[in-house]
Amino acid sequence: MKKKNVWIAIFAMAAIAALLMASPRATANDQASTASAEVVIDNFVFGPQTVTVPIGTTVTWTNRDDIPHTVVSTEGVFKSKVRDTDEKFSYTFTKAGTYPYYCSVHPKMTGTVVVK
Amino acid sequence: MADKRQDLIDQELQDLNNDGVDRRGFLKCMAWAGTGLVWTMSGGIPVSRAFAKSSGSGKDAGVAADFSFVQISDSHIGFNKPANPDVTATLQTAINKINAMPHKPDFIIHTGDLSQLSKPSEFDTLDQVLKGASAKKIYFVPGEHDMLSDNGDEYLQRFGKGTKGAGYYSFDHKGVHFVGLVNVANLKAGGMGSLGHEQLEWLEDDLKGRSASTPIVLFAHIPLWTIYPDWGWGTDDSEQALSYVKRFGSVTVLNGHIHQIMQKIEGNVSFHTAMSTAFPQPAPGTAPSAGPMKVPADQLQRVLGITDVNYQVSGRSLAVVDSPLGASAPSPSANRGESRIVDSIFG
Repeated sequence: MKKKNVWIAIFAMAAIAALLMASPRATANDQASTASAEVVIDNFVFGPQTVTVPIGTTVTWTNRDDIPHTVVSTEGVFKSKVRDTDEKFSYTFTKAGTYPYYCSVHPKMTGTVVVK
Repeated sequence: MADKRQDLIDQELQDLNNDGVDRRGFLKCMAWAGTGLVWTMSGGIPVSRAFAKSSGSGKDAGVAADFSFVQISDSHIGFNKPANPDVTATLQTAINKINAMPHKPDFIIHTGDLSQLSKPSEFDTLDQVLKGASAKKIYFVPGEHDMLSDNGDEYLQRFGKGTKGAGYYSFDHKGVHFVGLVNVANLKAGGMGSLGHEQLEWLEDDLKGRSASTPIVLFAHIPLWTIYPDWGWGTDDSEQALSYVKRFGSVTVLNGHIHQIMQKIEGNVSFHTAMSTAFPQPAPGTAPSAGPMKVPADQLQRVLGITDVNYQVSGRSLAVVDSPLGASAPSPSANRGESRIVDSIFG
């Protein structure tokens, strides 16, 4: 029973992915060039902890703490320099996927960017 | 209020008395010591001792320490936010306090976060201030703030010459074996501090063959015991490191990182964290995050400080005394600090 549910979920996801792929490419790219999203670091927390964005989105992190932080992809996709108070880091996501990241200075701080 | 706290202490003492260690006097000592506390390790057994503020008076005046050293920590040179806009000045105050000690420490240990951002200019400033210390030998371990650029190369070139890996090493001083460990390198997402396999293997090898009667002092930036995992105040693989020192009769673990005094005694191992010379941090869980705690300017020097460690060969003991940089008269805020120390031991 459980296994069946999993298969249904996978099928549903595949269907959604297919629908997204089928949308006109040009439109998607136009959106991509201007899309942006913000993540704010406050009190040792990435907020929102998970951001879901379309392909091509530039995500910008801003450190609002009195303490320096970093934004480092767990899988080595992106890595900021150390960001002190009010400093920013941006990365443009050009491929769909789930991108977990953390602060390499305070590794308890984690977040995820989901690109669809 | 005081009675209630005493009851609590008594209750905790009863709970712990099965180890045969009398901590009653030890805790009473902490309850009034005001500016700090003293404990001694005598053959691995903690014994209470009054903290005589002036070294020329009190019961311990006649006991000459074979040597002493001072621990300073978390100077965060480069930090300039409201919690302490002049961290260089408070580090200077700490050095002045060390230089004014009646007994000259043989050396200083800095348990990391020398700098705020690993900048060469910050390390330069630290160097300049430390040059004024009467103790010429200073041992360092890096904090996470010292590893922010080039994988810590800047730190290693200046303060880690001759060390292994990310800056770990050991040395002997008058019969005591000191080990500086690095638990701030290659931290994994979601984790706390980490020593790593290579360093653990080295530590096991470093301690192998040493007599169990050799007093051991381990020092590292992040606490080697779990204080508050939500804030990353612990070291994921510290248990393995501590398993290597279990057979020794006297083990002292000195850490920084949390900018406040915490103590714990487990068997023959005494854990101790030091105050910062830069800014205080909140007690675990009392604030939304571990960020710098802002206190009124006139109270800042009460929550910054240094740690003086005395070693006596006769009793194989280490006595640790924390003293704040500023006014040492007992005050309501100091009392709150003490009860937090009591809580931390049994918490």
